[in-house]
Amino acid sequence: MITFHNVTKTFTTKNREVTAVKDVNLTIEQGDIFGIIGFSGAGKSTLLRLVNLLEEPTEGKVTINGQDITVLSKKQLREQRRDIGMIFQNFNLFTSRTVFGNIAYPLQLAGVAKGEVTRRVNELLTFVGLTEKAKHYPEQLSGGQKQRVGIARALATSPSILICDEATSALDPNTTADILQLIQKVNRELGITVLLITHEMQVIEAICNRVAVMEEGQVIETGTVFETFSNPQHPTTQRFIRATEQDLPSAHLLGQWSDTQLYRIIFKGDRASDPLLSKITRKHDVDVNIIYGTVKELQQRFFGNLIVSFEGQPAAVAQVLQELKQIVEVKEVQVA
Amino acid sequence: MKVDWQTFWPRIVEATFETLTMVLTTLAFSTIIGTIIGLTLFVTRKGGILENKWVSFILNLGINIIRPIPFVILLVALTPLTRLVVGSIIGTAAAIFPITIAASFVVARVVENNLISIDPGVIEAAEAMGASPFQIIRTVLIPEALGPLILGLTFVTVSLIDFSAVAGTVGGGGLGHVAMTHGYQRFDTSVIVVTVVILIILVQLSQWLGNKISRKILRR
Repeated sequence: MITFHNVTKTFTTKNREVTAVKDVNLTIEQGDIFGIIGFSGAGKSTLLRLVNLLEEPTEGKVTINGQDITVLSKKQLREQRRDIGMIFQNFNLFTSRTVFGNIAYPLQLAGVAKGEVTRRVNELLTFVGLTEKAKHYPEQLSGGQKQRVGIARALATSPSILICDEATSALDPNTTADILQLIQKVNRELGITVLLITHEMQVIEAICNRVAVMEEGQVIETGTVFETFSNPQHPTTQRFIRATEQDLPSAHLLGQWSDTQLYRIIFKGDRASDPLLSKITRKHDVDVNIIYGTVKELQQRFFGNLIVSFEGQPAAVAQVLQELKQIVEVKEVQVA
Repeated sequence: MKVDWQTFWPRIVEATFETLTMVLTTLAFSTIIGTIIGLTLFVTRKGGILENKWVSFILNLGINIIRPIPFVILLVALTPLTRLVVGSIIGTAAAIFPITIAASFVVARVVENNLISIDPGVIEAAEAMGASPFQIIRTVLIPEALGPLILGLTFVTVSLIDFSAVAGTVGGGGLGHVAMTHGYQRFDTSVIVVTVVILIILVQLSQWLGNKISRKILRR
């Protein structure tokens, strides 16, 4: 479990102070895949580095399994860091070492005996699927392979936490999916708590169970991925969701419906599989016209977003709306 | 009086060995001293793994004072110190001391520049894995910078051949001494030509060797 207690990080440069992280309180539970999403400059990279104290907090404390890590001695901190694997956007592999040498490095630092190093590295190479590449140098690998080496290296000392700094941002979409699957496997098979930062919604949707949205150093929204993304409160969160899916058609298309009242229906959970729209409209003799929409899976639950218009007697339409509102979320769409 | 080449060749061979001795000895010393200074400069700079404003300031000041001094002036200025350390100011051994001093600062800058070009992310990764500053120096900084460092040291070796020739003109031994006494002072062009040709061959050889080694380390 990782906890941030009122953590603030201020960088002082010659002329000014920059507060990268502002009074953050956050708890990452054991076994979570916790995603922190934010646009660049939101402070998420600094926040991540506070977990292994690559950055020291200006105020507040960071605890790992109850231990305040800000009070550790340098030697104790180095020990603690072996329990926190870290992977990077640019992989940060040692160019002077082979794949084997890179994965062996943290074990050598920890003073593990040579035979045990070899055994463990081979085990990790198998886990990440790179047994063939042991003797290759990083420049001979593709981006996805490099990140696999990065993951194997981060796992070498059997940490309980893995922190990922934009681990898929330098990769193409297919490779991103592979690496995300591998991170999920790390979480599920090895029980490692994952804390990742990203600016990509797809990453959060694909593997995270919990999410925090950051803006200007602050956590502006946090919760389970399903709740947060199916019912975003903060405008920034809404912007992130719009980045992967539009909840409304463009203003140009919407303009064609300026004489009709449009409604937005939001389905969550298992409701998306019920023919409720059809049932209720039929009961009141109202026609429903679906103009736009998506139904998708989020954290193994349905999440639907439909833009519809109703045609029928005004009283009947009102009845339909009232009944729908008891089951799903209905909003009036303002056509500009 | 022109030299008699029948009897002068052994003197040339001897001088070449003196030059080689000076170059290789000073290369070894200045590599060790320069690498230590260069590493210290790098790790103590702002944001470095052993950041220390004062150490960094003093080292930089020292280097910036010593380096702009023309070598021939430094050589003369160091004479009292040379006498104190070596016990003499004439001969090959006496030349080694000032050349080492001058070259160490050159090596220091070369080392520092090569370290700066290491991706900071790699150093951060090592820190995140629990490496101590000295482990980072030994297992990350030196191996990661080694390829370009060899090229830098090759460049330094060429300067050392130059330095040794200059030292030769003011009492050091080697080809510089021979060129100066027999060639320049006695107006014998043939001696100058022969020594220059040998120096060119030495430079070419060291450049070739340096390229070969660094290519092997850089795998390209």
